[in-house]
Amino acid sequence: MSFEYKVEGGDFTHAGYASSQVKKMLKQLDVDNSIIKRVVVCLYEAEVNIVAHAYSGIIYVTLDTDNINLKLVDKGPGIPDIPLAMQKGFSTASPEVREMGFGAGMGLPNIKENADKFNITSEVAIGTTLDITILLNNLAG
Amino acid sequence: MEKKFFHHALTIREDICTGCSLCMRVCPTEALRIKDGKAHLIEDQCVDCGECFRQCPVHAIIIEQDDFSRIFDYKYRVALVPAVLHGQFKHEVSIAEISAVLKSLGFTWVYEVEHGAEAIKPAIEELMKVRTLPRPLISAYCPAVVRLIQVKYPALIRNFATIKAPLELAAFYCRRVLRDNGAHNAEIGVFYVTPCAAKIAAVKSPVGEETTPITGVINMDFIFNKISRTLRNKGEFGAAGDHPFTLSPSTLVWSLTNGEAANVEGRTMAIDGMNNVMEFLDKLENDEITGIDYLELRACDEGCAGGVLLSANRFLVAERLRNKARNIKPAKSKKGDNDMPGIVEYHDYLKGKVRISEEIKPRSMYRFSVDRDKAMKMMKRSRRLMCFLPGTDCGACGAPSCQSLVEDVVRRRANISDCIFVRQLMIEHGKLHPDTSHSIMRKIWGESNFEKNCNKKGAENESN
Repeated sequence: MSFEYKVEGGDFTHAGYASSQVKKMLKQLDVDNSIIKRVVVCLYEAEVNIVAHAYSGIIYVTLDTDNINLKLVDKGPGIPDIPLAMQKGFSTASPEVREMGFGAGMGLPNIKENADKFNITSEVAIGTTLDITILLNNLAG
Repeated sequence: MEKKFFHHALTIREDICTGCSLCMRVCPTEALRIKDGKAHLIEDQCVDCGECFRQCPVHAIIIEQDDFSRIFDYKYRVALVPAVLHGQFKHEVSIAEISAVLKSLGFTWVYEVEHGAEAIKPAIEELMKVRTLPRPLISAYCPAVVRLIQVKYPALIRNFATIKAPLELAAFYCRRVLRDNGAHNAEIGVFYVTPCAAKIAAVKSPVGEETTPITGVINMDFIFNKISRTLRNKGEFGAAGDHPFTLSPSTLVWSLTNGEAANVEGRTMAIDGMNNVMEFLDKLENDEITGIDYLELRACDEGCAGGVLLSANRFLVAERLRNKARNIKPAKSKKGDNDMPGIVEYHDYLKGKVRISEEIKPRSMYRFSVDRDKAMKMMKRSRRLMCFLPGTDCGACGAPSCQSLVEDVVRRRANISDCIFVRQLMIEHGKLHPDTSHSIMRKIWGESNFEKNCNKKGAENESN
């Protein structure tokens, strides 16, 4: 099954919608709580990244009995130095965004830690794509 | 059939229910459906919050209670009274008077539930020191919230502060102190005057507990009416008698919003009202909210002052209790009521009773099936069916939303043709005879709703 959720850059008010929808589906599938938590953390962090940094984006969710794949494609400034962005505590978030409690520089490293497969590609001035896969039966993860 | 998860205190009286569907629309866990013109409860989904009871315009939803005469099966008859009972009466009515009325009804001892909080404060403090526990710790005080988390937010079960409510500890104390003064356990009846349905359900089938020290429950509205009547005819009642009031200011307001959280160190929050609680838990579950140490959650606005079995206005009740708390003078002696040793003297005994002993288990209401393949098939089917529904949540199918109808269909609790929009389409395509469509409508809403009735609320000759 596949779903699409549009994300508006700068709209912090509505951030978290996709996470809530996906969370309900995983509960319906009786996925273990610890795995649901990892999916939701990845998705929420990634969604907020788009809201905080990009102009707009689309979340593509693909779900089967064993995996969930989250592909987040945004149109935005892109990331010039991915290894730097992957460091804990690094953030280009504006002071306004930080004031709202976002932009602590934990987003990308946190996503990677919670994902079973993680891939990031980015083109400056075009946008960033995150590809996250989480296994739905891997309790050891 | 899945095993019944919960005992419920709420019952729908089919002889009174008009199938107006108001309860179905307000139920926060979508646990109600209309069939044959009557409301029906999906028991595994109900958390006993009592919202339906509050809204029912014809009082068809009742809250079970024990037969009052049962108190006389016991030699020692304890009334465990929450402070919100007192808060319902004007300031001129003293706690001693209220207690005297209860005694005139047959109780031998009237004891305030909130005394139990004395044993809880140090237990929370101790739990907060355990750094390995998840944060925030969520209070297990409100039984409707405990059940809500079980069915809707199972991932947060591990956050529960596994500490009993003041009620249980007060009951343990009463039993123990009476035993120490020569009573046998079998001679003691401990009756709780409950402000809500959730507390009854929690007493009758405690979550995370095997036995309860509470013998029975009596609904607070029943007691309120008895007291109001007696106070009105005060002349014949005479002197109020003596009732030493030994609650401390902080325990007196324990059942109000922030009554509990205010006593806990660190960053604490108190949230009341079912919808507020759900909104917050949703964000907490997503890790959108972090950095909170202790969370007090109450199903009712204004905490227990908003309990469904209270008769007075919740804001006045809360105000009165807060005023009373401000005016409490420090107790002269540590002696408790009836000249018994006070609850603080049983600190060590209660310390052994304060923790919830059994694991609180998740009871997911969302789960389609434990078999992943089957659950996936059901989910796919429900989403495919959703394509055909209008998304207007009109409720004409007898379910609170289009979403809940398709989920009912895949759970084999309903048919897609229950949807009036779907039936219309089927008629247009020659797949359904209009007569069949009408009979489905009658099946859901009952024959009587299709008859002219000028006695109904708002009609020409309104009469109940």
